[in-house]
Amino acid sequence: MLFATAVFAPLLGSLVALLFGKQIGDRAAQAVTIIGMVVAAICGTSAFVALVYGGASPGVITLGTWVSSGDFTVTWALRYDTLSAVMVAMVTFIATLIHIYSVGYMSHEPHGSVWRFFSYLSLFTFAMLMLVTADNLLQLFFGWEGVGLASYLLIGYWYQKPSACAAAIKAFVVNRIGDLGFALGIALIFVVFGTITFDGIFAAVGQHQNDSYSVLGGTFRAYEVIGILLFIGAMGKSAQLGLHVWLPDAMEGPTPVSALIHAATMVTAGVFLMARMSPVLEYAPYAMAFVTFVGASTALFAATVGVVQNDIKRIIAYSTCSQLGYMFIAAGVGAYQASVFHLLTHAFFKALLFLGAGSVIHAMSDEQDIRRMGGIWKKIPLTYAMMWIGSLALAGVFPFAGFYSKDAVLEAAYASHGAFAHYGFWCGILAAFLTAFYSWRLLILTFHGAPRADQHTMDHVHESPLVMTVPLMLLAAGAVLTGFTFAPQLLGEHWQHFWGASIHNGPHNHVLHDMHEVPGWVVALPAVMGLSGIALAYAVYMGMPALPAQMAERFGGLYRFLLNKWYFDELYDRIFVRPTMSLARSLWQVGDATIIDGIPNGVASLTAQGAGRVVKVQTGSIAHYAFAMLIGVVVLVSIYLIIR
Amino acid sequence: MNALNAAGFPLLSLLTFLPLVGGAVIMMIRGPEAAVAANARWTALWTSLIVFALSLVLWFKFDTSSADFQFVEEVAWLPQWGINYKMGVDGISVLFVLLSTALVPLCILASWNSIETRVREFMFSFLVLETMMVGMFAALDFVVFYMFFEGVLIPMYLLIGVWGGPRRVYAAIKFFLYTLAGSVLMLLALLAMWYAAGSTDIPTLMATQFKPAVQTWLFLAFFASFAVKVPMWPVHTWLPDAHVEAPTAGSVILAGVLLKMGAYGFLRFSVPMLPDATAYFAPMIFALSVVAVIYTSLVALAQTDMKKLIAYSSVAHMGVVTIGIFTVNEQGISGALFQMLSHGVVSGALFLCVGVVYDRIHSREIARYGGLADRMPKYALAFMLFSMASVGLPGTAGFVGEFLVLVGAFKVSFWLALLGSMGMILGAAYMLYLYRRVIFGGITRDELKSIMDLSPREIAVFAPLVLLTLWMGIYPSSFTVFWDASVHAMVEKHVAALASTSKLAGVIAP
Repeated sequence: MLFATAVFAPLLGSLVALLFGKQIGDRAAQAVTIIGMVVAAICGTSAFVALVYGGASPGVITLGTWVSSGDFTVTWALRYDTLSAVMVAMVTFIATLIHIYSVGYMSHEPHGSVWRFFSYLSLFTFAMLMLVTADNLLQLFFGWEGVGLASYLLIGYWYQKPSACAAAIKAFVVNRIGDLGFALGIALIFVVFGTITFDGIFAAVGQHQNDSYSVLGGTFRAYEVIGILLFIGAMGKSAQLGLHVWLPDAMEGPTPVSALIHAATMVTAGVFLMARMSPVLEYAPYAMAFVTFVGASTALFAATVGVVQNDIKRIIAYSTCSQLGYMFIAAGVGAYQASVFHLLTHAFFKALLFLGAGSVIHAMSDEQDIRRMGGIWKKIPLTYAMMWIGSLALAGVFPFAGFYSKDAVLEAAYASHGAFAHYGFWCGILAAFLTAFYSWRLLILTFHGAPRADQHTMDHVHESPLVMTVPLMLLAAGAVLTGFTFAPQLLGEHWQHFWGASIHNGPHNHVLHDMHEVPGWVVALPAVMGLSGIALAYAVYMGMPALPAQMAERFGGLYRFLLNKWYFDELYDRIFVRPTMSLARSLWQVGDATIIDGIPNGVASLTAQGAGRVVKVQTGSIAHYAFAMLIGVVVLVSIYLIIR
Repeated sequence: MNALNAAGFPLLSLLTFLPLVGGAVIMMIRGPEAAVAANARWTALWTSLIVFALSLVLWFKFDTSSADFQFVEEVAWLPQWGINYKMGVDGISVLFVLLSTALVPLCILASWNSIETRVREFMFSFLVLETMMVGMFAALDFVVFYMFFEGVLIPMYLLIGVWGGPRRVYAAIKFFLYTLAGSVLMLLALLAMWYAAGSTDIPTLMATQFKPAVQTWLFLAFFASFAVKVPMWPVHTWLPDAHVEAPTAGSVILAGVLLKMGAYGFLRFSVPMLPDATAYFAPMIFALSVVAVIYTSLVALAQTDMKKLIAYSSVAHMGVVTIGIFTVNEQGISGALFQMLSHGVVSGALFLCVGVVYDRIHSREIARYGGLADRMPKYALAFMLFSMASVGLPGTAGFVGEFLVLVGAFKVSFWLALLGSMGMILGAAYMLYLYRRVIFGGITRDELKSIMDLSPREIAVFAPLVLLTLWMGIYPSSFTVFWDASVHAMVEKHVAALASTSKLAGVIAP
């Protein structure tokens, strides 16, 4: 009951705000949605505590039938186990803080429109909660698409801005490409297992070990194909290399939206899916190697791009992309627990960073370019401190949360032998260095040095109100505490006690044990890389502020390559978007209008000519007509008898 | 006459002919023009509402556990030819009767002010159309079916040709000729079947085994007729023209009900009566359907006219339906049926959405709009919901059918499932692109600055459709339960028929 309340309270808030927002006004809509969220957070956290520490038993709460056709039956049901309870607690807690923060952040918006924003925020949270509590893949897909819709609405919240509309559509459509893979994966699971409820699938994993499926001219183990298809879905939602292009653009939405997308909801869905489907994925080693490979490549790719970006939100956006890569490295090597752990800590410090960035933007009169910031740390010391905490956690500095989770990911990658795992390890190490570097580049350029904004903006720099800073401080507490409090429970000796049966590790998978026995240098290296990244950024941006520009000039090609995000957008525009649009136009103008319509119109003109001759046959005598009809019938019947 | 059906009275005949009675009353109205128009509107609305209320008996009294025809009525008509007037519904057809009776009052309400000329004739045609549609779905004799099937053409032709847009005559004739050309071949098939089975009773024909070679020709004849109605690629081009020129209510019925006639025909005749030909031609249908999905989705992306865009999207959605039908497995057919219903509701609603702004601005050009969200928040919300349903968002009506067909198609082939689902991506692209250009952005045109949001009458039209869209998305099993038994029986019979043919072939072949 607690659990169901946690899931549906945000929906209720959202609906009230959506349907009556205009009448009850912004204040009431904010109150309603925030009350809904607070109730959800209390219930969600209680449900989590009750399950993990209070001895409540996991179970399934059935709500009703959804889709049913023949042997394909799906119910609306909430799955209550450690994995879903952890996610619910995290999502409701962070989303509540983001709601509260938004009251301050959106206070400059025109009155009478903000209710829409809060309704969408709660809808977003609800969709994510449905996703993580799903008891079957179709309901997970419901949440999956629901967060897609909510993100579309929120990214496009400022719908009068063309760039926001474009980003919103891009997010939805790119996600849909992944979703198609996911949907096909669900269909294949149904074909193989005959069910798509988690209990049904997991119970039958043993029986279908050696099932095969033929596709693309080859025959593969069905589990491998399932793994790849599901991961394609995860790539879309979690912005992995290839389908990542929507995420950086998604910052077109108001900053709290970015925090919600990047931290609590949406992008973590793919990682969650990997953990949720671990009982099947454990037996798909090739698919999992692919997961590690893509995750590692994303981690490194996004970090390189983050190094040269100038938009404060864009840098953080790429860091999300990169950190998600880490989570997939861990999932790919079978350390799902480590990936969920990184997901949790990341949720706190990434929400902190985005909301902190929002506070900066708020202070700087909506300036987002860090080249036009600087010298403001004394004016907004609290925001400055919060950004420090977030960055320390992101860079993986002891004892902040990121230190524990990033180390865990990399140790798992090292401990899991295999070429892809090692590729993951080294990509992760390099990315750790770059992450620390761009984080401090951001900090220094934003807060230190000589002010580069105009005097008018500088005069208005002010610390944000309490309604914004209190959520920041709570998130900062999370970014400090979640690491060392949860690491022993989630990954320590008694991890089985914590996770119960919610995540499955196959009998061949000892990574959770082995990761604690890696050599000392493996443990130390990520932290060393992080600290040297910080040191380098400090040396360059504090010591030699002219150097970056010289470097950019010297290595102009590389610089532009990174600045333009490896030219992914341009490439996709050339090979997908434009050809599709021109194909669309030519199919319409040539295919439909000329060819397909050409034939009947041609026939019509032939008929018109023929009709001229037929007119002569038309004598007006009924006898003639009757005779003609008779001939017709005879001909038809003969044809029929002949072909029979 | 067998009056002892579940309703205790000839319900289906009443549903079929009551609109005609209402139409006759309307034609008898005399007086000054304004009074005639008002009376005609109210008479039509009340007639259609009463018909709808009566049709709800089907919803509550239909025995969902049975795959048999129910509410059957039978009167000897031409007994010496084995032709009877026979009506009845099974799980396949019952909800389409309801869909028809539900959409008609909404259409009449939607035409309340937008039809200003010849109101009496318009309302009369609409009620005649209702008679034809209901009769078509309820007919259990091939000859009766054929008459209603063709009869639909006449009022629709008039609706487009008289109350349509500037190119209405071209569109009406194109519509008429395309659909008629196919129907002639169906008439031939009818004759051949009657010749072979000695009866035109549909249940009898379903039980008749036609020789595989005969099946082939019959199938092609049916195909010619139904493919045009669906419409399948490449005989789809009449649809965009007909939609663009038709008045809003005409478009709603065209998309909502008339497009379902072809798919219904496949389900009523081709699949159950011609199992071998169905299996033989399925790959061709799949190919045409996949082309339809991808091709028309792309064409929709390039459209500059709102109605044309939605018309092309209809072709793509119906492509999913034909894929589902010819997978001949439970998920495929069930998905196809659901997609037919949901498309009836959703695309009907989308055409109504176009109608709302057309009534105000008198343009369907997408470029003439933009920024409506500011002035028309209620409209924007409704339009968003229907767009998302069209895109197939889970929780809305559009998802269930599409997903079930995906599962059904996957059982046949990975490629069919993949290519047939490309609409998931392309559909999102063209619908969101449309929505962005019409609803989002800033208002730049003066004429849009004072545009009014939905009126109470329009809200009354949209509210039931909004509820249906969500209901079908959240609790679809309340709909699928109607046809589960029928679909199960159909699939079993199909499998058995194929097995017996191959056994026969095994006996004959050495």
